[in-house]
Amino acid sequence: MEWETVIGLEIHAQLSTVSKIFSGAATAYGAAPNTQACAVDIALPGVLPVMNKGAVERAIKFGLAIGANINRESVFARKNYFYPDLPKGYQISQYELPIVEKGDITIQVGDQEKVVGITRAHLEEDAGKSLHEDFHGMTGVDLNRASTPLLEIVSEPDMRGAAEAVAYAKTMHSLVQYLEICDGNMQEGSFRCDANVSVRPKGTEKFGTRCEIKNLNSFRFLERAIEYEVARQIDILESGGKIIQETRLYDSDKDETRAMRSKEEAFDYRYFPDPDLLPMKLSAEMIAEIRKTLPELPDAKRRRFIQQYGLSSYDAAVLTATKAMAAYFEDVVNKAGAAHAKTAANWVMGDLAGALKRDNLEITHSPVPAGKLAGLVARIADNTISGKIAKEVFEAMWNGEGDADAIIASKGLKQITDSGAIEKIIDGIIAANPDQLAQYRSGKDKLFSFFVGQAMKATQGKANPQQLNDLLKKKLAG
Amino acid sequence: MINSSLKELSAALAAKKISSRELTQAFLDRIAQLNPALNAFITVDAEKSLAQADAADKRLASGQGGPLTGIPVAQKDIFCAKGWRTTCGSKILSNFVAPYDAQVIERFDAAGVVNLGKTNMDEFAMGSSNETSHFGPVKNPWDRLAVPGGSSGGSAAAVAARLAPAATGTDTGGSIRQPAALTGICGIKPTYGVVSRYGMIAFASSLDQGGPMAKSAEDCALLLNAMAGFDTRDSTSLDRAPQDYTRDLQQPLKGLRIGLPKEYFAEGLAPDVARAVEAAIAEYKKLGAQTVEVSLPNTQLSIPVYYVLAPAEASSNLSRYDGVRYGYRAPEYTDLMDMYKKTRAQGFGAEVKRRILIGTYVLSAGYYDAYYLKAQKLRRLIAQDFTEAFRLCDVIMGPTAPTTAFNLGEKSDDPVAMYLSDIYTIAVNLAGLPGMSIPAGFGANGRPVGLQIIGNYFAEAKMLNVAHQYQLATDWHTRMPEGV
Repeated sequence: MEWETVIGLEIHAQLSTVSKIFSGAATAYGAAPNTQACAVDIALPGVLPVMNKGAVERAIKFGLAIGANINRESVFARKNYFYPDLPKGYQISQYELPIVEKGDITIQVGDQEKVVGITRAHLEEDAGKSLHEDFHGMTGVDLNRASTPLLEIVSEPDMRGAAEAVAYAKTMHSLVQYLEICDGNMQEGSFRCDANVSVRPKGTEKFGTRCEIKNLNSFRFLERAIEYEVARQIDILESGGKIIQETRLYDSDKDETRAMRSKEEAFDYRYFPDPDLLPMKLSAEMIAEIRKTLPELPDAKRRRFIQQYGLSSYDAAVLTATKAMAAYFEDVVNKAGAAHAKTAANWVMGDLAGALKRDNLEITHSPVPAGKLAGLVARIADNTISGKIAKEVFEAMWNGEGDADAIIASKGLKQITDSGAIEKIIDGIIAANPDQLAQYRSGKDKLFSFFVGQAMKATQGKANPQQLNDLLKKKLAG
Repeated sequence: MINSSLKELSAALAAKKISSRELTQAFLDRIAQLNPALNAFITVDAEKSLAQADAADKRLASGQGGPLTGIPVAQKDIFCAKGWRTTCGSKILSNFVAPYDAQVIERFDAAGVVNLGKTNMDEFAMGSSNETSHFGPVKNPWDRLAVPGGSSGGSAAAVAARLAPAATGTDTGGSIRQPAALTGICGIKPTYGVVSRYGMIAFASSLDQGGPMAKSAEDCALLLNAMAGFDTRDSTSLDRAPQDYTRDLQQPLKGLRIGLPKEYFAEGLAPDVARAVEAAIAEYKKLGAQTVEVSLPNTQLSIPVYYVLAPAEASSNLSRYDGVRYGYRAPEYTDLMDMYKKTRAQGFGAEVKRRILIGTYVLSAGYYDAYYLKAQKLRRLIAQDFTEAFRLCDVIMGPTAPTTAFNLGEKSDDPVAMYLSDIYTIAVNLAGLPGMSIPAGFGANGRPVGLQIIGNYFAEAKMLNVAHQYQLATDWHTRMPEGV
C-alpha cells in the first residue's frame, strides 16, 4: 500500500522582550541559576501577573504578517499541573480565545510553492528548567526561564512529508526574525518545534491516529524524527497493528522516538480563565500602529527580487532567507549597478556564503562588507579581471588586504585584453608544442583545453578568457 | 485611650500628649494580657512594632506626620509584610517569612502606620468561624463560648476587645462583614479593584478584596483613604483618581432611599436579628430616610454559585504550596509525587482540602460546563439583580448574618450549615459591589447584631456617610464587651 504522511507543527518562539511576560525580571540567556527569577516568577504567596505589552505587540505583529485575525478580545487561561519547574502549579496560556487566529504562510519546497494554514498563535509563559545532573541523585530547579514570553504557533495538518515540514519550520524561523520578534536561536531554545505526525493510505480523506513528537530543537532533528516516526507508523500498520495516540520524545543520540505518555495518561489540565488577568482588549488604533511597523516580508521580498533583479525563484529564496542577507545583497546591487544583479547574487550565495560558513561568521560581521564586494563585482563586469582572478581578489579582501582595485593593482592582476599581446603568447605556445598541434588538427578537439591551459599559465590567468578562446581557435585552425 | 477614635488618637499624637511608642506599647501590653484567652493574634513582634513607632515619632516630631502616622493597626495574617512571618492561618506557611510587602502594607508604611502584629484567621480565609485556623480558634470577646466569625475573626476580635485601635481584613464571601457583625464592630469591603490584591495571599482572586475593620465608620473612612489606590502590580486594580472617603461623612440623610430586599427578611433570619435590624431601619427613617422594597431573586443561588467559583479558583491558587520552594515540606518522602502528597496532606487542614477537592472537580474535563461555566452565567444574573435594585434605591440594607455569633464547635461538623451563615454577604462579592457591616444592637443572647449596608459600585463614601450619620445618632458602636 502507498502511504501519505500528514504533519502539523507547533512552534514555540520565544519573544524578544527584555523582561518576562508577567514580571519585570530579565529574560537574558545564560545567567547563573535563579538570578533572574523575581517574587512573581517563583510564585511567592500574594504575587500577581502583569501582562508585558511588548509581548502583546510582537504577537500582533506576527498575526498581521500571516494575514490572520487579531482577536480584539482574547483571554488568558490557567493550565494546571504539578511540576517542580512550574512554580505556580499552573502555566498561564491562552486556550479558548487566542490573540491570533486563522492565517497562512507560503513555503517553497524545491520549485513548488505551497500555502500552509496557521490555526492559531497564542501567548504563554515558559516554565523553568529541571536540572537532573550534578545534584547527587536529586533534582535542581532553575527558574530563570520561568515566565519567559512564548508565542505558540499552531499549523494546520497541511504538510505531507518531512521536507515540507522542514521548509515550513525554516520559513517560520525566517519570518519571526524578519519581524524582529524572536532571535531564532535554536541552541538556546528560542525556537522549538513539536510535530504531530500521522499516516494514511494515499487517496483517503480520514486522518490516521497521530503521535506528537516533542523536543525537536534543530531542523535536522525535525527531519530525522519525522522520518523515523513515519517509518515506525507504517511498519506497525503494515504488520496489522494500530497506532496509539501518544506523546513521544525524540532522542537525537539514538535517532529514534519513544513513548512519553499515552492519551489515557494525558493530564486533565483543568483550563479556566485566569482571574488575575482581565480579558485582553486591543484597540483598532493599536493594531493599526503595529501594522505600520511591519517590514517587507520574506515572501514579498522574494517576489520583488525575481521581478526587479531577474533572479531565479531559487536564488531569490536563498537571498531572502534572512533579512540581513537580503539587505547585504541589495547593498551590493545598489553600489555595483542593477545590471550586475545576477553576478552579485552568485557572489553573495557562492564565495561569500562559503567563506562565512567556513569561518562561522554572520553576514553582518563579514570581513568583506557589501561596498567592497560591489567593487569586485564592478571589476568583473568591466572586464578588468576574470571571474577566476576575482576569487583570488576576494580571498585577499577577506584577509584584509584592501579593496578590489588596490589588490588588483598591487598584485598586477589586471586582465590582458590587448589582442596583439595575446596573439604573441599563442604563437609561442603553438611553436613550442608541434605534436599537440598536429594531433589537434587531425581531429583531437579535446586538446583545445590543453592550449587554453598553457596560455593561461603563461599569463598567470590574466588573459581575457573570451579573447583568448577566439584567438586560439583561429590560430589553431591555421 | 483604648476607646479613642483614630481622629482622637491622631490629635493626641500631633499634640504630643502621647507618643506612638507609648500608644503602641499600651496595645502590646493589652495583647500580652488578653490574647492568651482570645487567640486573636498569630504573630506579635514588639521589637518590630516599637521600631516603627519610633520612626513614626520622629516623623511626627519633624512635622511630617499624616492623619494615621503613629497609629498601630493589626494586620490580618493574609497580607505579606517584609520580615514578618505570614502564615495565612495555615501549617503550610507556618514557617514563611515574607520577603516583600503587600501594596496595603506599603501604603500603611508610607502613611506612618505601625504594624501591631498579624491576626488570626481561617486557614487561607476559608471559613466563617475562625475555627479552621492552624493556630487554633479565636474566641469572641463578647462571649468566649462563641465564635468571632470568619475569616477575619482575629482582626474582628482584636478590635472588639480593644487589643488594637483598628485592623485590616479581607472579604471573599463576607469575611470582613460577618466577623464585624458577630463582634460588634465596623468593617467595609470596597468595590472589587479599589484595594490592591498585590501581596494579599489569594483565596479566590475574582472575589477577594481587602478592607478596614474598626470601631466606627469614620475610622474605616480614614483607613480606607490609606489602603485604597491604583496599583500597576495588580491587573484587576482600578485606575481611578485618589478619593477622600471622609468627604461625605457629614451629609444629612434626608431623602435617602433605602432598599430592603425581601429575600433578606425571609425564612432563615433569626427573630432577634430581624428585630435589631428593623429597629436600625426605624432609626434611619427618623434621620429622614425612606424605605423601598426591592428584590434580589437570585439570592438563594449565591451560595451554590460561590461554592463552585471560589473553590475552583482556590484549587488553582493553592497549587503553589507544593513544598518545593518555600513553606512546609513533609519531613519524609520517597519521591517527588510522594513529597507533593505528604506535604499537602499534612500542610492543609480539612476545610482547605474540601475546597481544593470541590474546585478540582468542577474544573475537570466533562464537568466544567455543568459547574464552572453555569456558575459564571448565574454570577452575571446575581449582579444584574443588584443593578435592577439600585434603580429604586441609593443603598440596600439588611442583616449581615442570619444569626448572632454561634457557639464554637456548633457548626464545624456541618459545612453546609456553616456556608449558609454567609447567605447575605456572598452575593455582594459575586457582584463586585461594596458592602459594609455596622453594629446595630444585640440579640437575645446578648451577642452583637450587624446591619449590612450595600452600595452601588464606588459608593463607599456614600455608605460611610450613611453609617456615620447612624453612629452620630446611636451608640452601639461605642459598646465594649465586659471583662476586657
